[in-house]
Amino acid sequence: MTKISNIRNFSIVAHIDHGKSTLADRLIQITGGLSAREMKQQVLDSMELERERGITIKAQTVRLDYTHTDGEKYVLNLIDTPGHVDFAYEVNRSLAAVEGSLLVVDASQGVEAQTLANVYQAIDNDHDIVSILNKVDLPAAEPDRIRQQIEDVIGLDASEAVEISAKTGLGIEDVLVAIVEKLPPPEGDVDAPLKAMLVDSWYDQYLGVVVLVRIIDGELKKGQKIKLIATNATYLVDQVGVFRPTIEYTGKLGPGEIGFFTGAIKQVADTRVGDTVTDDKRPCEQALPGFKPAQPVVFAGFFPVDAAQFEDLREGMARLRLNDASFEFEMETSAALGFGFRCGFLGLLHLEIIRERIEREFNVDLITTAPSVIYEVYMSNGDKIELHNPADMPDVVKIDHMEEPWISATILVPDEYLGSVLKLCEDRRGRQKELTYAGSRAMLVYELPLNEVVFDFYDRLKSVTRGYASFDYHMIGYEQGDLVKMSILVNAEPVDALSIIVHRGRAEQRGRGMCEKLKDLIPRHLFKIPVQAAIGGKIIARETIAAMRKDVTAKCYGGDISRKRKLLDKQKEGKKKMRQFGQVNIPQDAFISALKMDEN
Amino acid sequence: MAEGTKNYSPYDVGFGIYVHWPFCLAKCPYCDFNSHVRHQRVDTDAFATGLVRELQHFHQLAGDRTVTSVFFGGGTPSLMPPRCVEQVIAAIYDLWDVAGDVEITLEANPTSVEARNFAGYRAAGVNRVSVGVQALDDDDLKKLGRQHSVDEALKAFKLAGRIFERTSFDLIYARPGQTVAAWRTELERALAEQQGHMSLYQLTIEPDTAFERLHQTGKLVVPDDDLAAALFDVTQELTDKAGLPAYEISNHAACDQQSRHNLLYWRYGEYAGVGAGAHSRLLTENGGRVALSAEKHPERWLADVEATGSGVIETENLSMADQAREFLLMGLRLHEGISLERYEQLFGRKVSQQQVEALNKQGFIDFDKTRQNIAATKTGMRVLNSLIALLAD
Ligand SMILES: Nc1nc2c(ncn2[C@@H]2O[C@H](COP(=O)(O)OP(=O)(O)O)[C@@H](O)[C@H]2O)c(=O)[nH]1
Ligand SMILES: C[S@@+](CC[C@H](N)C(=O)[O-])C[C@H]1O[C@@H](n2cnc3c(N)ncnc32)[C@H](O)[C@@H]1O
Ligand code: SF4
Ligand SMILES: [Mg+2]
Repeated sequence: MTKISNIRNFSIVAHIDHGKSTLADRLIQITGGLSAREMKQQVLDSMELERERGITIKAQTVRLDYTHTDGEKYVLNLIDTPGHVDFAYEVNRSLAAVEGSLLVVDASQGVEAQTLANVYQAIDNDHDIVSILNKVDLPAAEPDRIRQQIEDVIGLDASEAVEISAKTGLGIEDVLVAIVEKLPPPEGDVDAPLKAMLVDSWYDQYLGVVVLVRIIDGELKKGQKIKLIATNATYLVDQVGVFRPTIEYTGKLGPGEIGFFTGAIKQVADTRVGDTVTDDKRPCEQALPGFKPAQPVVFAGFFPVDAAQFEDLREGMARLRLNDASFEFEMETSAALGFGFRCGFLGLLHLEIIRERIEREFNVDLITTAPSVIYEVYMSNGDKIELHNPADMPDVVKIDHMEEPWISATILVPDEYLGSVLKLCEDRRGRQKELTYAGSRAMLVYELPLNEVVFDFYDRLKSVTRGYASFDYHMIGYEQGDLVKMSILVNAEPVDALSIIVHRGRAEQRGRGMCEKLKDLIPRHLFKIPVQAAIGGKIIARETIAAMRKDVTAKCYGGDISRKRKLLDKQKEGKKKMRQFGQVNIPQDAFISALKMDEN
Repeated sequence: MAEGTKNYSPYDVGFGIYVHWPFCLAKCPYCDFNSHVRHQRVDTDAFATGLVRELQHFHQLAGDRTVTSVFFGGGTPSLMPPRCVEQVIAAIYDLWDVAGDVEITLEANPTSVEARNFAGYRAAGVNRVSVGVQALDDDDLKKLGRQHSVDEALKAFKLAGRIFERTSFDLIYARPGQTVAAWRTELERALAEQQGHMSLYQLTIEPDTAFERLHQTGKLVVPDDDLAAALFDVTQELTDKAGLPAYEISNHAACDQQSRHNLLYWRYGEYAGVGAGAHSRLLTENGGRVALSAEKHPERWLADVEATGSGVIETENLSMADQAREFLLMGLRLHEGISLERYEQLFGRKVSQQQVEALNKQGFIDFDKTRQNIAATKTGMRVLNSLIALLAD
């Protein structure tokens, strides 16, 4: 157990690509957490998907040993945090478990939107903050100007900001010194009853459910009987340890320490992030305030491209759910798509990540249907229905009115992009609530219908502001809206998986957009295919996919028929990635891609 | 021909021998055939002897048969010294019974040097040459990496016509930048030269060729599907008018001038292939069919043959389903199409009647109910790969 005054717990906050992961790698390397041979880039982004996309999805933690210039040995615990708004709840709960933050700013780019959003979260959590100017090795670096900017825009004293290059390793020692000297040690009482914050939990193939905790008071020991206060469940602690980042069993953890335990916990859903872990026999007096659980806001259907893979899909979903309690699903059947699942997600990135993991880790090709929010349908007979799926929309004549969820969105954006952002918000039926300035940055507060945001608002925002905007939102409640179900007909047959609920005023534009997209997404067939958007019986948009003109192997491969046969096999394989609707094969990715709007 | 209406033994379509010569003077940038350029002298006699040894091997596999066609393909078989061609043909006559009307084809590149071999080939027994003229435009020939000019090619072709009983005039079209009008003019000129058979291949961008790399980087632009379809239609129109209709997607012949050897492939007959990278299809005793293929690298192939008598490195017993698909793939390329009865008898399965009727109604295939024969229509031929994918199970 570590002397509490020699512990420092911290996070790194930064705008994407400013070097958070690279700095973490350097810190691990220099403190000897991993040998040079074990070091792969971005150690903490452990999922294949995180590495590929260059984003952090799950918070990760690592314990570093550091001998200070005064000869004292310190234990530094770093919690890495995700950067996307879909996972904002995860950033917040990680920040709640530590006392300080390293604010990393790219010394050539300067303060950007996520810098602000993230540093304010750290300030809200009462963190002490060490400012770091990264990438000073770049010729374009202007540390003095950026130092000033941190003071002007964020209001932090940056006079002692550390200049580093996470890439070359320059200044990393100074970061360690600053962590020890500028960040406070945790406080806690080793003799008090056990009180620990449940920071995260996940399922590990070998260890079962692993629970990440921050000890506030008391001790957590192997063999101890503990209680989770919110669920009132008790468990026998099996193993206790820390990540360096590889697992090291320590047998116990004391106040201020961050580590994990395992017990006979069956599923991740049995553990609640933010819950208080205490001793069963000698419980602490007061539980921690806790977090509200993350609620799914986007719903979509997942269907296997090959109906025979339904069971594989079921198993894959159950396995992912073990590790991600914010992802919900229930079985769904569709006339055209057969058996599948209706799933709830935190946002679109979350949806995409789950989809990719199912396809990769469980080898199931998926059709994903149009994402939808939850609508409240008030029926003429007084009933109220929660609608998660456009396919379940009741007959319009029986509907009195419908309501949709609204959010309040805060957007920070450099001046020069303000016009484009205002236009985007107005196009999405937004209502402006506030427009203020902080230096050359505008802060906008808009109320928006969630269904206009959920799908591609964040992508659009990023693209119209070249990534310089930050975006955050929270729900404000339900409001009545003039909502209609728009169906898409392919070759005169309605394809339910493509139908969406849309505001009447937006229907024509969305319909036209979807038909144009589908025209490019559906390959040519032997016959021409009309693609139409309709509300009720009324066609509001139409495109035609021309018939295939040519598809023949001209060349003679002589007696090498095997080669031709293999080409045929490949063609058939390609067809398996499509689903047949009537006579038309629609590629699996069309269902999502058709919804992406390129507004101009 | 009443083929397919008498009795359905696949032996009907004959027994052919393919001989591969894997060397070329230069590699054409569009070509993915098994062709290799050698800067040292190739020991042609050693290769010819290797071909003979492999023929002996195939005689043991296939037994006594009547050879109905022989095809020297490449690579560039017109780089073979005539004595080597003679040695191979003599070996075939030694090993097998050879039909009196046997067709012996050799693919020739029309350079003036190679044309000098023509008489020797004739003396060795070759009675048909397929001349790779490829384009009637000198710039285009250069871009195709060819070693001959238009003038040289036409002279070689005329000479071939005097020496051999039959010829084929081969062109590649749908070339980069080619318009319908330009192709019309070029094809008309070629039709005035041809002597009963033409192979007209649309340029295909093949994997791992120089053209593929250029194509991927946008430096080589080939006609899109709509233009390619228009070029195909013009080809049908002009060859029909000239009395040289298509009997296969890319092959056109006057009456009785079809390539018998290639018909054997398309009718899914039996053939033995010798030489580097050659393919064979042989029937086995219990009605099965085996696909053989040889080592592609010429010198390794030769070493294998010298050591074991054969360069075959892969032997695959084709399942009934594989055979059925190969039969469709090949047979539907022919204007005559395929017999559904023969399909059923050979492979014990049926082509979906519903699919046949649907495609017939849409005008993609002709369906002769009394003969139980299906064949792609002109429209169908343009999209044949899609039709086959629908018909094959
Ligand atoms: N030149 C230079 N590049 C850096 C430095 N630190 C990080 N990078 C690069 O910046 C990019 C983003 O870094 P990363 O650590 O993934 O950023 P994150 O998104 O904040 O985790 C990567 O290509 C890094 O190699 C630095 O000090 N100097
Ligand atoms: C492989 S060559 C062998 C004969 C000879 N070496 C020649 O080049 O003429 C046989 C025929 O295939 C055709 N061919 C080869 N590569 C082709 C391609 N990529 N696209 C279309 N036709 C091709 C040419 O027309 C050629 O006449
Ligand atoms: S000459 Fe014929 S076989 Fe040789 S590379 Fe050219 S096209 Fe291919
Ligand atoms: Mg990162």
